[in-house]
Amino acid sequence: MAASSSTAIDAPPGGWAHSFVKRLRAGDEIAYLLTFICAASVVAITALLVWELYINSYEARVKFGWSFLWTTTWDPVNGQFGALPFVYGTLVTSGLAMLIGIPLGVGAAIFLAELAPPRISSALTFLIELLAAVPSVIFGLLGIFILVPALRTAEPALRAVLGWTPLFQGAFYGVSLFSAGVVLAVMIIPFIISISREVILAVPGDQREGALALGATRWETTWDVVVPFARKGIAGSIFLALARSLGETMAVTMVVGNETKIHASLFAPGYSIAAVLANEFVEATGPLHLSALTELGLVLFALTIVINGAARILVASTSGKGMS
Amino acid sequence: MNRRAMRAILGIALLAGIGSAANAQQVLINGGGATFPNPIYSKWFDEYHKKFASIQINYQSQGSSFGIQQIIAGTVDFGASDAPMSDAQMTEFKTKRGSGILHFPTVMGGNVPIYNVPGVPQQLNFTGDALAGIFLGKITKWSDPELTKSNPGVKLPDASIVVVHRSDGSGTSYVWTDYLSKVSKEWETKVGRGNSVNWPVGLGGKGSEGVTGQVKQQPNSIGYVEVIYAQQNKLTYGKVKNLAGNFVDGSLQGVTAAAAGSNKEIPDDFRVSITNAPGKDSYPISTFTWLLIPEKITDPAKKKAIKDFVVWALKDGQNLCEPLSFARLPKAVVDKEVKAIAKIQ
Amino acid sequence: MNNWNKLRRKSINAIMLTLTGLCTLFAAGTLVYILGYLFVHGAGSLNWSFFTQLPRPVGESGGGMANAIIGSAKLLLLAACIGVPIGFMGGVYLAEFGGTTFSFVVRYVTDLLNGVPSIVMGIFAYTLIVLPRRPGFSTFAGGVALGVMMIPIAIRSSEEFLRGVPLSLREGAMALGASKSKAIWTVVVPAAKAGLVTGIMLNLARVAGETAPLLFTSFGNQFWSPGWKQPTAALPEMIFKYAVAPYDDWHQQAWSAGFVLLTLVLAVNVIARMILAKRGPAAR
Repeated sequence: MAASSSTAIDAPPGGWAHSFVKRLRAGDEIAYLLTFICAASVVAITALLVWELYINSYEARVKFGWSFLWTTTWDPVNGQFGALPFVYGTLVTSGLAMLIGIPLGVGAAIFLAELAPPRISSALTFLIELLAAVPSVIFGLLGIFILVPALRTAEPALRAVLGWTPLFQGAFYGVSLFSAGVVLAVMIIPFIISISREVILAVPGDQREGALALGATRWETTWDVVVPFARKGIAGSIFLALARSLGETMAVTMVVGNETKIHASLFAPGYSIAAVLANEFVEATGPLHLSALTELGLVLFALTIVINGAARILVASTSGKGMS
Repeated sequence: MNRRAMRAILGIALLAGIGSAANAQQVLINGGGATFPNPIYSKWFDEYHKKFASIQINYQSQGSSFGIQQIIAGTVDFGASDAPMSDAQMTEFKTKRGSGILHFPTVMGGNVPIYNVPGVPQQLNFTGDALAGIFLGKITKWSDPELTKSNPGVKLPDASIVVVHRSDGSGTSYVWTDYLSKVSKEWETKVGRGNSVNWPVGLGGKGSEGVTGQVKQQPNSIGYVEVIYAQQNKLTYGKVKNLAGNFVDGSLQGVTAAAAGSNKEIPDDFRVSITNAPGKDSYPISTFTWLLIPEKITDPAKKKAIKDFVVWALKDGQNLCEPLSFARLPKAVVDKEVKAIAKIQ
Repeated sequence: MNNWNKLRRKSINAIMLTLTGLCTLFAAGTLVYILGYLFVHGAGSLNWSFFTQLPRPVGESGGGMANAIIGSAKLLLLAACIGVPIGFMGGVYLAEFGGTTFSFVVRYVTDLLNGVPSIVMGIFAYTLIVLPRRPGFSTFAGGVALGVMMIPIAIRSSEEFLRGVPLSLREGAMALGASKSKAIWTVVVPAAKAGLVTGIMLNLARVAGETAPLLFTSFGNQFWSPGWKQPTAALPEMIFKYAVAPYDDWHQQAWSAGFVLLTLVLAVNVIARMILAKRGPAAR
């Protein structure tokens, strides 16, 4: 036994065949096979999804090429389709959501992880994580009946403060890019808070203790030592929230105004990729319209993949240790 | 525990599936399409189900384009549309489904301009030029001369007009843009007619329901829907100037007069536009609305149910229209349709 | 000089404490506000007919959403039948047989699929099940769309909880002579039970509120939907339909439905978290 070659695998007692049958009877092979198939099915489904998106957008891709991405016309009557109004709306509403959501979310995460007493922190975190579970159609419901009328009354104030920028000019109808941005902000804040909080909590205690020992205030410790340590993870949480807001459909389509034009003002109605897919997909007139919509789906898919990918890398690189 | 749990789950699944499976006699028909006639259709299908409990006709109002596309795809048993299918679409149906497609007018309705102008509760008069100008984005204020000159004595505010149109593919949009194309050369060349057009201005509402909802909540807005939506939601709707020069509203008389005044012979396939019809009492934005039924229906139970329903709709169903502000079909059309039902094989 | 500096730093400390505290209050308060608002507007008009009656024709008041409630239940049942087994088994693979490049690919693709917007999933199901009329607009199509959405989360959460089972348990089982598969099914999985169950619950709660995929698949139905091959109404779809419509009566029902949906989703979330917290580190 001990003298046999170190590179050859010893045959188990009874031989290979016997061992295989024994493992088969024990269910090992079946277990492996079943679980393998299930795991592989995910790959198969995703491949099929990408394939369907690619194949069904063929006509539009061939007809418009890359210019699809920067054409602004969306004209089903004349067969002219361009993605820009929807890409613009998607980016603007998500951008606004980030602008509002990041300070609020990171601020709250810092408070919950560093500054608040532990009992209050867990209770509030619990509540905030529940907010992440609220279905999107309910945000849309509240958006239509509470937020939009509220924004209509708040509009003169907003205009007084910000009306000098082109971003806040023009008529305001309630349903607008701005309203969609605000709704999205509320929806993604819990994600930013939840992940950022975890990441900040994971910063090693000795970093904090060192700073405090040097006489830093709580805030200074947090802001100048802990947060920079965790910054990649926080960035990751922001990217994740961004990815979510890009694909958000129901809440957006209920408050964005559904207009296929680009306006500079946030007060104007707009559209997003997900919203136009929801409205037009099942009634697209003709194969070109349908394939243009599918191409939009492909664009959205690509966008979310890239951003999700970046997010995962950032969060993973700070899980546990956090050295930049 | 695991085994018992599994058995319980399987049991529930089986029960849910089998126990609620359709019993042999039930005929389940699915249709979808126009939101314009949804109030009368949902009433009809409800009444019909009360009469014949074994027949369930599920209608989802998702817009005329939905009805047309889905009947072409064959995913619904019948479609519904306020815009007749184009020749190209009918050919597409024939190629894909292997038979022809029939149009059956069911009711007529008026497509009215609804508006929400605070301080103006009365019915306004709109000329064709006014409506075209508003929807083109050239007339931007309620106090515009084109509007004030048709409404002497009404204090129209100097507020910006918020235009609301359909965000989904709509037969109501088709009828509206068909009318605008007839009264405004600029509209015809710039935008044209269709279920989904490149609207120069405005917000989008999904379905007639969405447009009504938007107008209801948005001050100084104007939209277009079937008259019952305005009435059911206590929204004011305007009169429109017809070809003869009179301001008429989209009520029953106006729509019926339009069908009568439209001297066109109703063609055999029932595809006809009656917008801007002559006649002093005609409402200029009237329309038929159609059920789209394939010429060949393979399932015998469904075929019988659909044919029986159309017969009922053309007779008893017509008695339910007027309370919902839809106009009955002219007798000549009904007679022709009853004969056409035989075409469904 | 020194005192002034100290004062400045201390006041910044206090200000930032307040500011970040306000951010937190805003976030936490939003949930309370949403719940409260839905309660006030939705619970009040919740009556027996909401749960037992079918919808009335357009414009008529009254009626309920009984068919939508059952429809949602059926959709979730089918989604669970698809998502849970595949997700769980996939998770077992990653946790027990992982470490290969294939596992890496599976994890990457799972994250990819998880990031796909739900509307794209709806389009996917529409193209595969509805258009070829196999069998078309149906509970089946909706269930598949939701089930596929459940898979990535089910895989990841199963893997996590299974991994959390200490190696010593596995080794102990195998030392006693159990084959690998026996060790998995009889020792590891039961040990991770609490986590696995709560994972399923949270997953279902998430998918219960999804509306976008249903728009293209389950279609809607104002009557009861028998079996699996017919279109069906569903709670989130009805909320959407009623919310964008102009009828006040429908708005009222949308609030009630929203309240019911939210209560169910939050209840499942709270229970799941309580189970996890109670079991403590042992469950993970």
